[in-house]
Amino acid sequence: MTWSATSDPMVSIKNVYKSFGSLDVLNGVTLDVMKGDVICIIGPSGSGKSTLIRCINALNDIQSGSILVEGLEVNDPNLDKLELRKKVGMVFQQYNLFPHKTALQNIMMAPVRVLKQNKKTSEAAALELLKKVRLEGKENAYPGELSGGQQQRVAIARSLAMQPDVILFDEVTAALDPETVGEVLQTIKELAEDGMTCILVTHEMAFAREVADHIYFTDRGIIVEHGPPETFFKDAKDPRTREFLSQIL
Amino acid sequence: MSYKTDLPVMLPVKPRALEPFKSLKKRHILLIAFLTIVGPSLVFAQTGEFEKSPLAILLDWTPLLLSGFLFNLVISFGAMALGTLVGGLLGLGQVSLFAPTRASSWLVTQFFRNAPWLVLLFFAMFLLPFELNIFGFKLPLPDWFKAILGLSLPVMANVSEIVRGAVRSLPSGQWEAAESLAYTRRQTLWLIILPQCVKRMLPPWMNLYSILTMATVLASIVGVSEVMTLTGRALAAEGGRTDLLAPFYGLVLVLFFIYCYPIARFTVWLEHKFSVIN
Ligand SMILES: Nc1ncnc2c1ncn2[C@@H]1O[C@H](COP(=O)(O)OP(=O)(O)OP(=O)(O)O)[C@@H](O)[C@H]1O
Ligand SMILES: [Mg+2]
Repeated sequence: MTWSATSDPMVSIKNVYKSFGSLDVLNGVTLDVMKGDVICIIGPSGSGKSTLIRCINALNDIQSGSILVEGLEVNDPNLDKLELRKKVGMVFQQYNLFPHKTALQNIMMAPVRVLKQNKKTSEAAALELLKKVRLEGKENAYPGELSGGQQQRVAIARSLAMQPDVILFDEVTAALDPETVGEVLQTIKELAEDGMTCILVTHEMAFAREVADHIYFTDRGIIVEHGPPETFFKDAKDPRTREFLSQIL
Repeated sequence: MSYKTDLPVMLPVKPRALEPFKSLKKRHILLIAFLTIVGPSLVFAQTGEFEKSPLAILLDWTPLLLSGFLFNLVISFGAMALGTLVGGLLGLGQVSLFAPTRASSWLVTQFFRNAPWLVLLFFAMFLLPFELNIFGFKLPLPDWFKAILGLSLPVMANVSEIVRGAVRSLPSGQWEAAESLAYTRRQTLWLIILPQCVKRMLPPWMNLYSILTMATVLASIVGVSEVMTLTGRALAAEGGRTDLLAPFYGLVLVLFFIYCYPIARFTVWLEHKFSVIN
């Protein structure tokens, strides 16, 4: 079976079950993401949002079901995880920059070491990315010298440097000061406009409404309801969705 | 099986308020030297029983005792180098993904960490032959070398725990970020995890070195000609005069103190510096 970028979903999640010990976290999740799509996953705390997206790049394994990323089966014991992770970028809530490396090194290290790219090319590309996330002049700053919002933008640039086909964002603004949330959301929005496929877990409803092509609402490990933002936010049908939205909006 | 560390030094470094260090001044050192060496000599000198003063005798013997102390340092360097090398590997074994490697490294570490240093030293001394026969070559194993081997065992075990503790003390986000950037496990360890660990390992490692240096006198029990052995011989040569005991052993104390105290101070300074940066 060959995967086609035009007709097949870039990420196809089917009937995924996942538990930690006796705790069932995902109870049959199914969703598709087409190339260039931006999807937002929202839902109460503990409903399995992080677990779901961590399964996509095999940071968590799954008990049953199937996750196909560009035709690559994640739930395959013989999966080449490195191959998968070259396709899937990830940005974390806590940034997780490497504190002993400068912003520039953080960004260019993986292309050089993992993709074996030429150092000069990688450095030029890294500087270009810093510019893209509006951090020109910060290339020699260490993460400890940057604000949360700046660190998160370096983390986004670091992920972009691997030229992934899809990027996972796990509540990337949740640890930020309110003033810096905007700059990070702006960066993500520009990515989305450039056509990057994005899977976001977020609590920023206004942002989700603005950038998402599709919204998924999870509760207790299942997708309760989903739809394009216009209909999702206006006429949610399920009482759980309504309750959640009424609390958060 | 639990892999929990019991090394208090490996708890995550927390920033704490700056407090002024209690710092030893020159006068303190002079005071210590006086109390241990000069003072007792003077007391006995006043009795006027012998023709030569204890201090003069001590001065005669000082070059020999200093050379003995140097020998202690050589043993400490050797045991530290060897212990660090093997212990480093053992520590990496303890964080291996391969369960048998992990379990056996853990077992070896725990075994040697919970054994008295002196017993390990005895084992090395009396179980190793006096020469090794390697492909027909006779390689002599002098006592001081066996002492290095014996003392390197507990160092190895402690270094192994330091490495494991440091690796475990890094936030899991560092591993996850590296994983999601498609670094291999080996690359993650060498490029991302270990460089960050060095800083955390340095203070406990230097602490261990201090302890090891002081433990090198154990080698006197098994007959290595280090400072304690030489002191004993010097005292015997002087006819076992009791008024010489305090100044002689006092000198040994002062030598170790002068050597180890700056290391301890430097360790505290490092810990302090890193806790402020982190
Ligand atoms: N590694 C783990 N081991 C055991 N339980 C885990 C693990 N990771 C997550 N869980 C549990 O799985 C459940 C779902 O967690 P998850 O982090 O996916 O929720 P979430 O929807 O992202 O919540 P939040 O909005 O708070 O981030 C929680 O009950 C959590 O305690
Ligand atoms: Mg989460």
